[in-house]
Amino acid sequence: MTAPPTSPATPVWSQPLAPTVVAVRQRRVETADTFTLVLDPPRPGFAFQPGQFNILYTFGVGEVPISFSGDAEDASQIVHTIRAVGSVTHALARLEPGARLGVRGPYGTAWPMAELLGRDVLLITGGLGNAPLRPVALHILKHRQRYGQFTWLHGARSPSNLVFAAEYDEWQQRPDAEVLLTVDQAEPGWTGHVGLVTSLLQNVRIDPARTVALLCGPEIMMRFTQRELARRGVPEQQVYVSLERNMQCAVALCGHCQLGPSFVCLNGAVYRFDQIRAHLLTPEA
Amino acid sequence: MTTTPAVLASHPFLAALPGTWAEHLAAGATLMPLQPDAYLAREGEAAESFYLIRSGRVAIELQHPLRGTVPVQTVGPGEVVGWSWLIPPHTWQFDARVVTAGEALAFEAVWLRAQLDAHPDVAVPALKEMLHVLAGRLAATRLHCLDLYR
Repeated sequence: MTAPPTSPATPVWSQPLAPTVVAVRQRRVETADTFTLVLDPPRPGFAFQPGQFNILYTFGVGEVPISFSGDAEDASQIVHTIRAVGSVTHALARLEPGARLGVRGPYGTAWPMAELLGRDVLLITGGLGNAPLRPVALHILKHRQRYGQFTWLHGARSPSNLVFAAEYDEWQQRPDAEVLLTVDQAEPGWTGHVGLVTSLLQNVRIDPARTVALLCGPEIMMRFTQRELARRGVPEQQVYVSLERNMQCAVALCGHCQLGPSFVCLNGAVYRFDQIRAHLLTPEA
Repeated sequence: MTTTPAVLASHPFLAALPGTWAEHLAAGATLMPLQPDAYLAREGEAAESFYLIRSGRVAIELQHPLRGTVPVQTVGPGEVVGWSWLIPPHTWQFDARVVTAGEALAFEAVWLRAQLDAHPDVAVPALKEMLHVLAGRLAATRLHCLDLYR
């Protein structure tokens, strides 16, 4: 039996609801609606685990939870990749280098990095679900010898919506990684896969006993992906998902993200699949 | 190019059939190269073949009046192309165009239908396997309709 995911994160700083003001160092455009912000660390010794998130605060607009998308071993900066879909994220999209914003975190559970050691690691992501798993990939590719087969299957809406495309190009050249991409809607010039990310699974060799699968994307995508993994023999105790519910306070006080007996902001966002399966059909509050 | 039972048995679609049937079907199978941009099927034309993809990738496409050729799905090794040969009036519903070079096993549709009609013992598992393929494609199509990543 595999170990449960990391225990709920306990904020260690003295005022967990008080944001720290930090500056934007760099802003990178990823796609038409997605961008990456590189920020100053909010305090000396700031650290996070892959899978955790920060609450970003744009003054006068509001807060939003955003996963870390950068290297967890690089304490010199923090990186968030964000899609502009609402008022806060559109405000974040307008921040230029030097602009200031509020940050509080890190919050939430993490991907089970210790459990991945020596195992085959299978990342399956859709849309911007690749951002919370990028820190896992960066770590594994940096310490490649510690892990078995490394495979990343990712689905995007279209080639022009593919975030981290340049990195994927680079990683696809590595002999020690298998990276397969697919799109829902092809565009002129695209010669790759077209179809759901689950369709890529049949192109991948899976040893069910050795494989740990980490899923991130729309919940429907993750449900169908888990079913396909089960069909391939991967126990649900070896499948982890990251949920995105209505997280607001991030410290399990407001209750907006309650899912059954669990608060996604505290007990998630990363769950082992068997621990959350019964609640995945619960509509968002 | 003719093929061998071993080559047939290596394809997942045929793994579900009774063991002796790889040998039987080998008599009607042709191992064919897939050349980029070659069409295995054209919408509206007679569906005269059934393909098991061994390598390479094939795009299932539709012609859109404004958007031109629209790939709706790609299929690759271990997958099948075409079920129109099975369902009257036996005309292709989509185009199927080779995207990357590879190899496929091709069966002549009239011969294959005759085998299924004459041998219910193989027809049942074969149709079950085809149903599994169709159910997967239907689920994929339904999810595709949701535009999950919008």
